[in-house]
Amino acid sequence: MSDVKKIATRESYGKTLVELGAKMPNLVVLDADLAGSTKTGEFQKVYPDRFFDCGIAEGNMMSIAAGLAAAGMVPFASSFAMFASGRAYEQIRNSIGYPHLNVKIGASHAGISVGEDGASHQCLEDLALMRMIPGMVVMCPADDTEARKAVKAAVEHDGPVYIRFGRSPVPVVFDEDYEFQIGKGSILREGKDVSIVANGLCVASALEAADMLAKDGIDAEVVNICTIKPLDDDLIVQTASKTGRVVTVEEHSIIGGLGGAVAECLSEKCPTKMYRIGVRDVFGESGPAGELLHRYMLDGEGVYDQVKAFIED
Amino acid sequence: MQNNYIRELKKTANQVRKNIITAVYYAKAGHPGGSLSAAEIFTYLYMKEMNVDPANPDDPDRDRFVLSKGHTCPGLYGVMAEKGYFDREELKTFRHVGTRLQGHPSMRLLPGIDMSTGSLGQGISCAVGMAVAGKVQKRDFRVYTLLGDGEIEEGQVWEASMFAGAKKLDNLCVIVDNNNLQIDGTLEEVNSPYPIDKKFEAFNFHVINVEDGHDFEQLAAAFAEARTIKGMPTAIICKTVKGKDVSFMENNAGWHGKAPNEEQYKIAMADLERIGEAL
Repeated sequence: MSDVKKIATRESYGKTLVELGAKMPNLVVLDADLAGSTKTGEFQKVYPDRFFDCGIAEGNMMSIAAGLAAAGMVPFASSFAMFASGRAYEQIRNSIGYPHLNVKIGASHAGISVGEDGASHQCLEDLALMRMIPGMVVMCPADDTEARKAVKAAVEHDGPVYIRFGRSPVPVVFDEDYEFQIGKGSILREGKDVSIVANGLCVASALEAADMLAKDGIDAEVVNICTIKPLDDDLIVQTASKTGRVVTVEEHSIIGGLGGAVAECLSEKCPTKMYRIGVRDVFGESGPAGELLHRYMLDGEGVYDQVKAFIED
Repeated sequence: MQNNYIRELKKTANQVRKNIITAVYYAKAGHPGGSLSAAEIFTYLYMKEMNVDPANPDDPDRDRFVLSKGHTCPGLYGVMAEKGYFDREELKTFRHVGTRLQGHPSMRLLPGIDMSTGSLGQGISCAVGMAVAGKVQKRDFRVYTLLGDGEIEEGQVWEASMFAGAKKLDNLCVIVDNNNLQIDGTLEEVNSPYPIDKKFEAFNFHVINVEDGHDFEQLAAAFAEARTIKGMPTAIICKTVKGKDVSFMENNAGWHGKAPNEEQYKIAMADLERIGEAL
């Protein structure tokens, strides 16, 4: 896919914050000494009076965001996914989630595609952690288009939202006329033999795998699920009923993320044979992002191999 | 010379203490010790210091109060009842199923609660966020937050203080209820945060030490001074007595989080009745 345009979703995030800042005087942005990396620095350059660097204190940042929201502001709080969702988990749970405050959390550098920094920075648990908080909307956009639309949808939504962004450039999958809605998934490719449900950068991998499967005569349906919570149960049940086999693909632990959410949905509403592709209950490691995605079988080839094995089993 | 308004405040604080004991007794659970120690602080804030109106609890220009030591909400509910946010009778629903008076304050259930708290160390950060909002919105409201002296062992308190000092949040007033007792014993026995004043000074706060946090004249002077401070937040460190005015609860860590039985309830109310009559 080397000819395809690639953009990191954190770039989309920074750009959209600047755009929203012009329209929303009550929008403020917080960061924890990573503004250059999370791309909130783009907002800081244009709106320095509405940008607050909290320094290396993520828990404090999340509670400050809660206070800002309680006083009528719309705060975006950003850090790496590891520290946003992990370090500050209890602040998000108690200061933001419990009072259902209108805080948006923009978490970048999620998953193993962080690359060289290694396991301490490769958050594979954030979607599971955030999904457990009542009232929290959890999104993992697939590309630049979806990331920009997800950020805009987040400010239209009254309540806490967690959005996951990546460090590495990823292929642009969606056209500009894509109609994004929180809680709604989309079918990117129709198929009848197996459903591949993916999010984040794994959507591009799933599409690539579907092309490879087609050459073997396997007709895969590819479903994009940006919003893990609330999950588009209807679409999941619909695709599962159609193909009878569901594979989830995500740059996250196979426990508690997209795979967990889809399994919960299907086991209650439409028991279906499933396989979860993701990081299989291990920590990550250092290396270039592309090589790691290959090693953990989350690139097109890895997804193809695993779907094939699942179908042939 | 004791003027009339001080006498009225003392009477209100005495009633707040009765409200605390009543709420905790009917709940058969709760935290009387640190509620009683802050009765004068709650009373001064709600009856004199803060610009708040029970008829308009969402006024964007109102002063804000965040009870960072959320477990001492019997004291907060006690003064809110006196201010007119709800009827005293409702105090008897504290901690019962379906109540608006949750075991720790919920801003979604009870109008007048500015922040849901209970997890120690987080309330001060939320108050800092409100103070930032005041600056961005160019509104004149002030933000008050009450912390326990054990609570300041939480690292987040110092993250919040570092930020408040660095950003010169002079619309923020932090109050520490220094009753010197936490669940496992005295502060020194557990993990001493002393000297508290020097710590806040080091974090670029204007610090006011109140020798007797039950003396309304000292509280009035401290809060008046805090209003004059520009370019930095203020911390008011109030020395208090945990369990104040209930004979068997005073200076007893055992009454941090325990409800009195019927006999103890009667003794406590008689203690408070006697003190109230003498005013």
